[in-house]
Amino acid sequence: MDINQWFKKTNKDYYGGTLMMLIGCGAVARGIDYHIGTLTQMGPGYYPVGVGVLLALVGAAIALQASRSAPAVERAEQAPEWRGWLCIVSSLIAFVVLGEYGGLLPATFAIVFISALGDRQNTLKSALVLSLSMVMVCLIVFWWALEIQFPLFRWG
Amino acid sequence: MIEQSLLDLWHGFGVALIPHNLMWSFFGVLVGNLIGVLPGMGALSAISMLLPLTYTMQPVPALLMLAGIFYGSQYGGAIGAILLNLPCHPPHAITCLDGYPMTRQGKGGTALGITMISSFFAASFGIIVMIFASPLLVSIAFKFGPAEIFSIMLLGLLAGGTMSRGSPLKGVAMALVGLLAGAVGTDVTSGVMRFTFGFLQLADKLELVALALGLFGVTEFLRSVNRMKVIGDGPKVRLRDMRPSKAELKQAFFPMLRGTLIGTLFGAMPGTGPTITTFIAYAFERKISKTPERFGHGALEGVAAPEAASHSKTQVDFIPTMSLGIPGDAVMALILGALLIQGIQPGPQLMTEHADLFWGLIASFWIGNVLLLLLNVPLIGLWVKLLQVPYRFLFPSALLFIAVGVYSVNNSLFEVNEVLLFGLIGWVFVALDFPVAPILLGFVLGPMIEENFRRTLLISNGNLMEFVQRPISGSIMALSVLMIATQMFFAFRLNRRTRRAARTAVS
Repeated sequence: MDINQWFKKTNKDYYGGTLMMLIGCGAVARGIDYHIGTLTQMGPGYYPVGVGVLLALVGAAIALQASRSAPAVERAEQAPEWRGWLCIVSSLIAFVVLGEYGGLLPATFAIVFISALGDRQNTLKSALVLSLSMVMVCLIVFWWALEIQFPLFRWG
Repeated sequence: MIEQSLLDLWHGFGVALIPHNLMWSFFGVLVGNLIGVLPGMGALSAISMLLPLTYTMQPVPALLMLAGIFYGSQYGGAIGAILLNLPCHPPHAITCLDGYPMTRQGKGGTALGITMISSFFAASFGIIVMIFASPLLVSIAFKFGPAEIFSIMLLGLLAGGTMSRGSPLKGVAMALVGLLAGAVGTDVTSGVMRFTFGFLQLADKLELVALALGLFGVTEFLRSVNRMKVIGDGPKVRLRDMRPSKAELKQAFFPMLRGTLIGTLFGAMPGTGPTITTFIAYAFERKISKTPERFGHGALEGVAAPEAASHSKTQVDFIPTMSLGIPGDAVMALILGALLIQGIQPGPQLMTEHADLFWGLIASFWIGNVLLLLLNVPLIGLWVKLLQVPYRFLFPSALLFIAVGVYSVNNSLFEVNEVLLFGLIGWVFVALDFPVAPILLGFVLGPMIEENFRRTLLISNGNLMEFVQRPISGSIMALSVLMIATQMFFAFRLNRRTRRAARTAVS
């Protein structure tokens, strides 16, 4: 079978199986550093190494099956949604950073505003309205009703 | 023994009806219903979002509230499936098939009414089974040593991995990933810190809420942002439409009964998810029907049977969770985690040591289901409105609730980072067609599996045969092997069939 045909048959399971093997091997590599011990007197490394070996084996089986099974029916692959993904991820990061250096209210505004921009149907104005109203909800629910231990504002 | 059970149940009603407990139960049902109705939000996100709230509560009201959220969100999911054809809640996906056509024919109210009746009936049946089966199961469970506990947890994990949707091997791989995630933190026996990568915050294990909200909240948002279908106008449902006629009740009765029995059967088996249960109930109903062609075009049976199955399974699921400490699915794993956080070890001792908790919970199921019935009749109009909240407003607000909820667990932002990390990890797994629910199962069971494995081998001087030689443990192990063998057989047959089909297609 030439390389092109092989490549066509390559499906997600190769990557999935390989990923599992990598995670398993990683666990084994780290686990060996902790004392392994014997079956009777197990050290802290015994269990992670055992699970890691099993995971690597299962990963190998998944990858092997990928080549044996007929290529899956081609599903219409959806186009990547970079805008949505980036906005959701960065909104969470913004929450952590602003929560650390600015307080609850700036963090609240940032997480709602940034993630709302990830949806193509939201405009700057609708995102602004939504995030300001969520700031109000946050004030009432978390700060006033639940008395959460998170300063509303803090500097530096 | 039955008399004793009834007496305990009476006591349980006393516990559940204490105003403080009743209030939390009501709150859980209401919020669960509310979140379950929202598109894209299910029982898992509802429970994990409110889990931090229970950390400061007493065990009994905490558990009553969580259970209330669970079945409340199930009711909510059915509403979206029937009225708007939204299969955002996997167990209710099958209800869409016949529920939505009924709505299009203007009988959406009837479908909802039948759903409520079958849910209530099935839940009551499940509760009765729970009352009588739990003491029996407990009497067996008292014979369990560490070897037996390890074997049955292994069985639960295998079942949870292989019975979820998709390839069984991938499910098992995910369960193993969950076990590894459960190993993060300080090892109880030796005090060695494992897989902490220098983060002191990880010494106290990964945060359950962060894991759950990352895998089921953030992952879900990453997957469906800009891909959620736009919802049209919801149909109007009036109160009097919801009362089914006598003929319709008669038509729905036996499907409801059969669905209930199927749900009960599957609930008793650890690891069989709710989705597969409802699918089987639906398939069975269509198989034995004299007029299978009506299915998919608004057959009442196709609504009654799966809904009944899902609710009786929900109730029966609590039996292995509470009396053996084996969660049936990811939601039960979360509830088990909540129990552990409260310092309560689920298992045979639970019924005797925490009798008020156990029987209070059972009694609260009934009260909660009555509350749901009372709540849903007047509020149905509000739920329909909520269903139309656009996704573009919904997910940013939900993200905020996730972030603040996770922060409140330890009042630290480190857990928010965990949510982001698990959201991304779960997203990669889902993109590669791995099911993520077994991760949660493995994560919760992991520490217990390790402990019992160690203990068994310590007692038996490193003899691995101990797991097979002890009668109870051996038979559970045999069940596990049987399950793997059947899975392999089916996989092999399917593989051969698709190959043959491919070959004939080529020639």
